[in-house]
Amino acid sequence: MYKIDRLNELAKIVAEKREANAALEPRRMTAEEKDDLLSHFHPDYKQDEFTVLSAGVNKGDKVPTQLAELLQGKSRISADSVDLSKPDYDTDVLIIGGGGAGASCAIEADEAGVRAMIVTKLRIGDANTMMAEGGIQAADKPNDSPAIHYIDAFGGGHFAAKPELVKKLVTKAPEAIQWLNKLGVEFDKEPDGTMVTTHGGGTSRKRMHAAKDYSGAEIMRTLRDEVINRGIPVIDFTAAIEIILDENGRAAGAVLMNMETKQLLVARAKAVVIATGGAGRLHYQGFPTSNHYGATADGLILGYRVGAKLLYADTLQYHPTGTGYPEQIFGALVTEKVRSLGAKLVNIDGEVFMHPLETRDVTAASIIRECTARDKGIETNLGKAIWLDTPMIELIHGEGTIEKRIPAMLRMFGKYGIDIRKEPILVYPTLHYQNGGLDITDECATGVENLYAAGEAAGGIHGRNRLMGNSLLDVIVFGRNAGIYAAAKAKETAVPEKLTLAHIEKFNRELEECGAANDTASPMLLPHYARKDM
Amino acid sequence: MENMLNVYLFGKKYEIPAGLTIMTAMEYAGYELVRGCGCRNGFCGACATIYRIKGQVELHGCLACQTEVEEGMYVATLPFFPLEKRIYSIEEIKPDQQIMMQLYPEIYACIGCNACTKACTQELNVMQYIAYAQRGEYEKCAEESFDCVMCGVCSSRCPAGISHPQVAMLARRLNGKYIAPECGHLNDRVGEINEGIYDAEIAQLMAKSVDNIQEIKDMYNNREIEK
Repeated sequence: MYKIDRLNELAKIVAEKREANAALEPRRMTAEEKDDLLSHFHPDYKQDEFTVLSAGVNKGDKVPTQLAELLQGKSRISADSVDLSKPDYDTDVLIIGGGGAGASCAIEADEAGVRAMIVTKLRIGDANTMMAEGGIQAADKPNDSPAIHYIDAFGGGHFAAKPELVKKLVTKAPEAIQWLNKLGVEFDKEPDGTMVTTHGGGTSRKRMHAAKDYSGAEIMRTLRDEVINRGIPVIDFTAAIEIILDENGRAAGAVLMNMETKQLLVARAKAVVIATGGAGRLHYQGFPTSNHYGATADGLILGYRVGAKLLYADTLQYHPTGTGYPEQIFGALVTEKVRSLGAKLVNIDGEVFMHPLETRDVTAASIIRECTARDKGIETNLGKAIWLDTPMIELIHGEGTIEKRIPAMLRMFGKYGIDIRKEPILVYPTLHYQNGGLDITDECATGVENLYAAGEAAGGIHGRNRLMGNSLLDVIVFGRNAGIYAAAKAKETAVPEKLTLAHIEKFNRELEECGAANDTASPMLLPHYARKDM
Repeated sequence: MENMLNVYLFGKKYEIPAGLTIMTAMEYAGYELVRGCGCRNGFCGACATIYRIKGQVELHGCLACQTEVEEGMYVATLPFFPLEKRIYSIEEIKPDQQIMMQLYPEIYACIGCNACTKACTQELNVMQYIAYAQRGEYEKCAEESFDCVMCGVCSSRCPAGISHPQVAMLARRLNGKYIAPECGHLNDRVGEINEGIYDAEIAQLMAKSVDNIQEIKDMYNNREIEK
């Protein structure tokens, strides 16, 4: 039951129309309809929410205003804050970030026989990977192929992705699933071993593999366990705050900061991998986010300052179904799997206003239109929202389906008295994913020698919109890829002799000269949620 | 006027608006969290917390990000708990009963007090999954423990010193790798890709992605979608 009586009344309308709505097969939008919808209602098209960069390699490009402030922000140190001549850590491959990409990278680098080390500002596994609920794509069924997966991903990303990255994503996907399975990751399977797969928004084949709705958690905890078993050093509660270069401009380590004591440390490495994840906690355009606490775009800042280029940093993914109510879980992710299993989006009149499995950007824009221009949203104390008719799942697939397939969702709403088996839930778009990031080659190399990037921090794999299940896939495929290529590079690189932080002063000068300098400490590291007005 | 509650963070009283979670209550009180805060959505187990309501006996375990504050709540976070994880090679172990005896012999010292189950922040039947692990029934242990976020509150309450989440982690990996049925179509597809049978088709798509975007658009917009 909802605590607001009016919501219980409105939910009755949804219940009355449930049977008829369940039987509907809503038509898909045409390409023209989608373009028109996006240009009017998708947040990426709100020009006044973006700032054109005045300095750095992407000078002239627009990025979200909050990101611009950090990219052109103030380093937390100056070159003379640290003594680079006595490194505290010495390793071959330094991996910044302890999520799915960082852990996969570490395992492959270790497998290749080099020394890998992970630094993370929180704990290993405190990452968006852990929170991915719905699943991971791979074209491994007989009616599917990597080529079909390619078309889905490339088209879903508005034909903007880098073809060689899409190729790697789709052709390495089945191997990624096999690799995970061999590490002991559990996948939902039929008794004969056939993978239980479903659709995601924008997929043309049912290729979403899952581990209930704890898919990312199951993957992440297994990778973490493997990293520890291998004895790979994990330096937790330690953030990277600047990349260190050598005298030839190659990445050669990072300045680290203990998050609790603020002690500065120096890590020297032959190759550096940025696997720091996304930016949801920057709350672009004031949106709530489904991201973990540390998603503050640190890696983009670190890379940008030493000259690594960004690609599509102006495109963000607003997951169509963030929690719209209650406030305790406002913005938290309601997995797309809920729609994969048959739940439809319904407006205040109980009408199904769209096909529930359009791509995420189209679905989010459609929900925003329903709540604004069409005024068919459901008003709560937190703003407007749309119904997601979860009881429809059990109407279609039978009682018990929700507990078996989406237990995390049942638990999340159940804590606030809402039984998703019997009552529809309220959803509204939430800031979910950074489509762009550091521009990489298909070897995960950035434009700066010996500096690599993987996972959500990298850009170009998904073009301007990512499909459900291609992110978990991306962190595994490109995390491993970065480990393989960074290890190979480390093997042919001598221990860097002259370390330098000269880039800080150089970038500061450029900022001063163009008048873009600001005093925001950058990277942000953690959002500022403590109440100040006491 | 907001409904304000008296909440004791580490014993110190704060007035907190009703409806906040323990985590947002701490931030309302002015804490800048570094430890004890991770995904903020109930998946990572970083914010393990214990609390007791003033005047009541029962001690509760919870996740701070998923639990609303109550009047008279005494809260202590558990940002780290020393779980004992044993080291092994997943390639070299086997899913037999001996492996649990070798790696986690302390599970046989369980006295059946059920404190772990009562403390579980995910409402799992922890004692039951430990019983399955004792008997080498890893498939059942994996299923029963599946929703574990490894927050460690169970272990903080265990008189036998068991690190339940680590035991369950081992059981799930054994089940995922060795016990659950192999996936034939997955192995077939990996083989096909390695043989190169999709190379030409992918190369064509890549070429069109650069030279003939309209054709790719047509292919995408008219592709057949599986029902």
